[in-house]
Amino acid sequence: MNILFSFIAGLVFGIGLLVAGMANPAKVLGFLDLAGNWDPSLAFVMGGAIAVGTIAFAFARRRARSLLGLPMHLPGARHIDRRLVGGNLLFGIGWGLAGICPGPALVLLGAGYAKGLVFVLAMLAGMAVFELLQRRAVAGPAAAAG
Amino acid sequence: MSIDTLHFTPLAALAGGLLIGVAAAMFALLNGRIAGISGIVGGLLRPQAGDRGWRMAFVAGLLGAPLLYRLFASLPDIRVDAGWPLLVAAGLLVGVGTRYGSGCTSGHGVCGLSRLSPRSLVATLVFMGAGFATVFIVRHLFGA
Repeated sequence: MNILFSFIAGLVFGIGLLVAGMANPAKVLGFLDLAGNWDPSLAFVMGGAIAVGTIAFAFARRRARSLLGLPMHLPGARHIDRRLVGGNLLFGIGWGLAGICPGPALVLLGAGYAKGLVFVLAMLAGMAVFELLQRRAVAGPAAAAG
Repeated sequence: MSIDTLHFTPLAALAGGLLIGVAAAMFALLNGRIAGISGIVGGLLRPQAGDRGWRMAFVAGLLGAPLLYRLFASLPDIRVDAGWPLLVAAGLLVGVGTRYGSGCTSGHGVCGLSRLSPRSLVATLVFMGAGFATVFIVRHLFGA
């Protein structure tokens, strides 16, 4: 059941991106180009999504289990540190270079764009680099030296 | 700044945003999880028992969305201006950055702001600010 609803959520999310025009990197860059001919559409997308999200999360927050009876996995982290700021800085630079973030990247790939495929492969490589550095950090300096 | 009235599509943007919100709401209320794409994809690189199925299913939904859309209408305009080397650099930065920063436009921007998380507010301000600055440098300082 949770697999089916996961699939449906991904599907609705992707349709939403397409309807909103956010699967089009040129349109996203039009939003990020404040100094040029500015297209405010992305702000409206965020506004619509957050309007629904705020209501949903107000309910979700109070539940110990999901409507399907699954444990809730909502983040509890509150600290603001260098990782958060540095990571999002890198992400924002990458986003600004091509106008593509992870959701639209997968929609582009699904739509059959070769550039979507290349972006997704590079993104996965970047995520793999993170995993390797994480494991090395967890293993400690002794393991790294060995 | 001038508003690009030719490309600004407030109603479609709002409608698409509502759909994205519905997807995030479903995922939180039914699956008990955050619809954060970078976290869902990144978790696939860290195999844990029983964790793969729902992640793959969500990704399959995103990949399948344009196929479903095409059954009812032709796909909207999609233009990728970035050349190949730039795409690779951008993809690498997005991959590393979203994992270090624990989220992206969906996890921090949509879900985090909906949860009123101060952490996600900072994250969103940082990646948006970096996006604005990058486009300004690329388009207006280098004039690409």
